[in-house]
Amino acid sequence: MASLGIDVLFKGTNFLRLLQGLWVSIEISLISVVLSILLGLLVGVLMTVNNKVLHAILKVYLETVRIMPQMVLLFIVYFGTTRVFGWDMSAETSAIFVFTFWGTAEMGDLVRGSIKSIPAIQFESAWALGMDKVQTYFYIILPQTVRRLIPLSINLITRMIKTTSLVMMIGIVEVLKVAQQIIEANRKTSPNAAFGVFLVVFLLYFIVCWPISRLATYLEKRWA
Amino acid sequence: MKKNFVKRLTGGLLVAGLVGAALTGCGSSASTNEVAATGEDTVEADSNAGFRTLDEIKESGTINIGVFSDKSPFGFVDENGEYAGYDVYFAERIGKDLGVEINYVSTEAANRIEYLQTGKVDIILANFTVTEERAQEVDFALPYMNVALGVVSPDSAVVESLDDLGADDQIIVISGTTAETYLTKNYPDIKLQKYDAYAEAKTAFENGNGVAWANDNTEVIAFSLENEGYTVGIPSLGDQDTIAPAVTKGNETLLNWLNEEIESLGSENFFHADYEATLLDTYGADYEDTLVLEGGK
Repeated sequence: MASLGIDVLFKGTNFLRLLQGLWVSIEISLISVVLSILLGLLVGVLMTVNNKVLHAILKVYLETVRIMPQMVLLFIVYFGTTRVFGWDMSAETSAIFVFTFWGTAEMGDLVRGSIKSIPAIQFESAWALGMDKVQTYFYIILPQTVRRLIPLSINLITRMIKTTSLVMMIGIVEVLKVAQQIIEANRKTSPNAAFGVFLVVFLLYFIVCWPISRLATYLEKRWA
Repeated sequence: MKKNFVKRLTGGLLVAGLVGAALTGCGSSASTNEVAATGEDTVEADSNAGFRTLDEIKESGTINIGVFSDKSPFGFVDENGEYAGYDVYFAERIGKDLGVEINYVSTEAANRIEYLQTGKVDIILANFTVTEERAQEVDFALPYMNVALGVVSPDSAVVESLDDLGADDQIIVISGTTAETYLTKNYPDIKLQKYDAYAEAKTAFENGNGVAWANDNTEVIAFSLENEGYTVGIPSLGDQDTIAPAVTKGNETLLNWLNEEIESLGSENFFHADYEATLLDTYGADYEDTLVLEGGK
């Protein structure tokens, strides 16, 4: 195992720092994921509303998120807002803003797709039973939508967690940055450390993403 | 940690609220702001992007210094989580002489100028090579180190001249470094493989993704000394450059203080002591006088 350079993780506080870095990644991604799901549900419902102006606005929003690389968004929000408006947003807030901005758009589009896939007869039956629009959505449409959403949103959530590695570009030291720091600080004594350390980082990401994936499978079975 | 979490959560909720508001009410304004921001990026920093004068820094009791956190032996984080290296040794002295605490900010080569122009750090001490283009964006203090470009390649196929490269041969560079600028300008035909972080470029080079790696000569000398099987085929490419601290353009009080500090440190041979404390292990005693610049000259 020594040849893989995993031993460098046990020097000093290295492993602890790696875990702290992981916590930074988890913190940013989980807050963004929770906000994205909540706002995404709202945006997704709005996307199905028959209103041309609203439709155009949401279309522009979604396309902006699709076209802009997350790295560019991070630079715009973190450095751009300071330049233009003089706001001094912290790097963490900027990161959460960007990831929520991204997640909400994609989540919204997934919600829109799921709602559209629900047969029109479901709406019609609900209205025939005398439900109003809110009741229809709340009791009939959204429960079915959520079930269809699970596999789709898990892809988005795990992707968001992994993409948090970009936040190193605005000075946040997260798990991958700590890994690079450890590799570099030890490059003389353990030139092979890159392999071992990145392997551990891979395992850490796996440990975070796998339970989410399991939970999705469980929910899918239970709600099927 | 808990408190931080709550703070960030509220921060997150606030911005989420903003997104929500932008979406429901004034969705179009959010996208225009962004266009404005991208347009503004190329323009000189305006009055909004302030910097802190020397007195403001002293008053606040903390100075923000941007350093590399993964570039041993200049700026890196040691096994106890403390910043260390040639640049950091100097940063520590700056903090001591100013009588303030230091808040280190981990920077990448590609975002050093952004950090200064937005005033998010007071000084960049991240192996920052002085170039004309950069001097238009930031203000450099007196230099404290010499540097040129170098090219390292595997022993099996040493690149000794850039003119010998085949049409498909790729050279690895790090985005935002002088090596990238120099090669793009003087050898536009050579294909470059660009990486954002030092560690990525190094891994790519070791994996043989490119025939050679162009970087500051200090970097490639150190790399070839530490890793068997690599030779610095071109030890000095282009002009001799210097490395200096940089501050936000127009921050004269801090710039003048830094210049005086570097001059006065020359009398005690501070940077030689710095070299011996941080770089000796990597470059050996042979390079000390070549690399170290004392008192700004």
